[in-house]
Amino acid sequence: MGVFGRIRESLSRTKQQIVERFDEIVSLADEPERRTRAVDVDTIEALEELLISADIGLSATDRIIAAVKGRTRSGESLRDLVKQEIRRIFDSVDGPVAVPAPPQVTLIVGVNGTGKTTTVGKLANVLRAEGRRPLICAADTFRAAAVEQLEIWATRAGVEMVRAREGADPAAVVFDAISSAKAKGRDPVLVDTAGRLHTRVNLMNELDKIRRVAAREVAGAPHEVLLVLDATVGQNGLTQAREFTNVAGVNGIVLTKLDGTAKGGIAVAIANDLKLPIRWVGVGEGIEDLVRFSAEEYVDGLFEEKW
Amino acid sequence: MFESLSTRLQDVFKSLRGQGRLTPENIEAALREIRLALLEADVNFKVVKAFIDRVRDRAMEQDVLQSLSPSQQVVRIVRDEMLALFGDAQGGLADTTKRPRVILLLGLQGAGKTTTAGKLAKWLAKQGRHPLLVSTDVKRPAAIQQLNLVAEKADVRVHDPAGQLDPVARAKGALLEATNKGFDVVIVDSAGRLHIDDELMTELAAIKAVTDPSDLLYVADAMTGQDAIKSAGEFNRRVGVTGVVLTKLDGDARGGAALSVVSVVGVPIAFAGSGERLEDLEPFHPERVVSRVLGMGDMLSLIERAEAAIDQDGAARLEEKIRSNEFTLEDFRDQLKTIRKMGPIEQIIGMIPGMSSVKGLAENKPDEKQISRVEAIIGSMTAEERRKQHIINGSRRKRIAKGSGTSVEEVNRLLKQFVQMQKMLKSLGGMAGMAGGGKKARRQAMQMLRDRH
Repeated sequence: MGVFGRIRESLSRTKQQIVERFDEIVSLADEPERRTRAVDVDTIEALEELLISADIGLSATDRIIAAVKGRTRSGESLRDLVKQEIRRIFDSVDGPVAVPAPPQVTLIVGVNGTGKTTTVGKLANVLRAEGRRPLICAADTFRAAAVEQLEIWATRAGVEMVRAREGADPAAVVFDAISSAKAKGRDPVLVDTAGRLHTRVNLMNELDKIRRVAAREVAGAPHEVLLVLDATVGQNGLTQAREFTNVAGVNGIVLTKLDGTAKGGIAVAIANDLKLPIRWVGVGEGIEDLVRFSAEEYVDGLFEEKW
Repeated sequence: MFESLSTRLQDVFKSLRGQGRLTPENIEAALREIRLALLEADVNFKVVKAFIDRVRDRAMEQDVLQSLSPSQQVVRIVRDEMLALFGDAQGGLADTTKRPRVILLLGLQGAGKTTTAGKLAKWLAKQGRHPLLVSTDVKRPAAIQQLNLVAEKADVRVHDPAGQLDPVARAKGALLEATNKGFDVVIVDSAGRLHIDDELMTELAAIKAVTDPSDLLYVADAMTGQDAIKSAGEFNRRVGVTGVVLTKLDGDARGGAALSVVSVVGVPIAFAGSGERLEDLEPFHPERVVSRVLGMGDMLSLIERAEAAIDQDGAARLEEKIRSNEFTLEDFRDQLKTIRKMGPIEQIIGMIPGMSSVKGLAENKPDEKQISRVEAIIGSMTAEERRKQHIINGSRRKRIAKGSGTSVEEVNRLLKQFVQMQKMLKSLGGMAGMAGGGKKARRQAMQMLRDRH
């Protein structure tokens, strides 16, 4: 299987309780003679529970329910109505990624344990395969062995890495990396930052400092700030996205660990509530297991029709 | 932690309190709010449903509706049912006679297993045990190295034979080393894995088979969502789980999903991780968390922390000093250090009953930096100045301000506050902090909590 279809594949790798339940719910409502009637209350309630259980969140769930509730259908299937509404949520926030003059600076941020370091490694690999010459910047000077972990990924991806001097200030490493990228013509600079809970003011301010240093060195930098979210995350993912956006100017989401049974429904909530697009999806442990997000594929995978 | 849930529930209860009498209608309205609050806290929707049904059944009983304080009754029912949800078992580790005792940590990637291993080792060492750490994570790049570094920080021995890359053999080797060298606990860190990863689940079962662990702790991220039940259930089915470690509780996650794990898988939460320091791991006490959710504060944890941070002799000396009016800037600085040892100020304040509902506190959080500045100012004084602050004249103030990187105004302010504090302490007399009567204070707090319920 090629790159396309990876999201769908990872979403459907396991026994899909959500898919099965969805099939159950919509099959009755979508019988030909019912398709011209409004969806009944029980079905609405079951659908609501299903969406909540996929971490889609209350407000996005309300929006989807509102789109199908009390609506006199003229033959449309409930399945399509739900899928359409989720597509609409994603489509309304999807915009092209601007490509700035090199070097582009991309910050990878997020709370602890979501997969930032792994994402940086995979991202470097994808971009290099696409003909760019990325440079990895190891700005996680806090977690034990974080730099060593990233170094292994850099070697696997075949890209260079700028590492911190022992105990150095993360912003200083970013400065070094940008200077090196300019001198050697590397683009983009992928900055791995330390995991931090969004409630820790001091650590969050550090991100602001990194931003300022980057902006001083390259006009418009950081051009891209990607928040890495674990697909298993619950409603706290919304809070994370809100806080990191406030401090670090997040403009895209990376959804990791989508190869588990978690469906990453928080992505729908974030697109709906915060208007942030999903850019990349992590679908496995291998270096190739990072693919560009496709709303169509994601929604299909989420509610795939059984064959 | 659980703050937003507690705010929301407090609002619900406030509106109930306004009612002279409860009616089925206003109970229903309150239940709706509770349902939303729990769902937003990621409590599994099935658990929520069952919870709401139980509360409704009990709240609709005639004696509740007709009692003099119906809202109190409802709060009580919610509290009881919540305790049932958390499981009423106490945190920490159950007793076992097995030596060495083996603790196997398992869970999804990024839940915090390696950090927990270090914290647990530190906690056990503090209990007078001799833990040995071993990593069986040969998969994630630099995972073994991370555990080595964590062990070094915790000052605990780690079993790491160079070149041995077979997880089962590593675990077995650690057990052997422990038996030979007299370590009484072996903490086995495992590779993070998805519960649907057959190969790794088999490996985990093999590690279990050779080490015969007394504790299989499932490490769960407090921020996890509705899928948590599925993964924990699968670990339980394939390998077995005896308890849960709830990590990253220092954020604002409400931990509802992890609660659901407890209720569905039927194992207690053994420990909770609440910060990035190695000391930030505590045995989990359900009744305290429920009290916090319901806005009753968590005085017991606060007192425990104070006891851990304050050395008893020092406290007695301090008490004596205050009695005889000899409290100096030097003592003041020691006090600040002690408070800091208890953890971030914000966390401590969150444990005080009622503080979560004080308006404006969120915007006016006490600043850790401010404390650092005060410490810097005192640090820039001479020993004599610290003992006799009245000799600090204008030129000394200027020097101190320069030395501490602050301003003369700040030095003035500190000195003024210190004099006020001395006066206050004098009038307080013997009440030298909580440490003097640790046990007694604790009993009193217990009683107080009981009275409230």
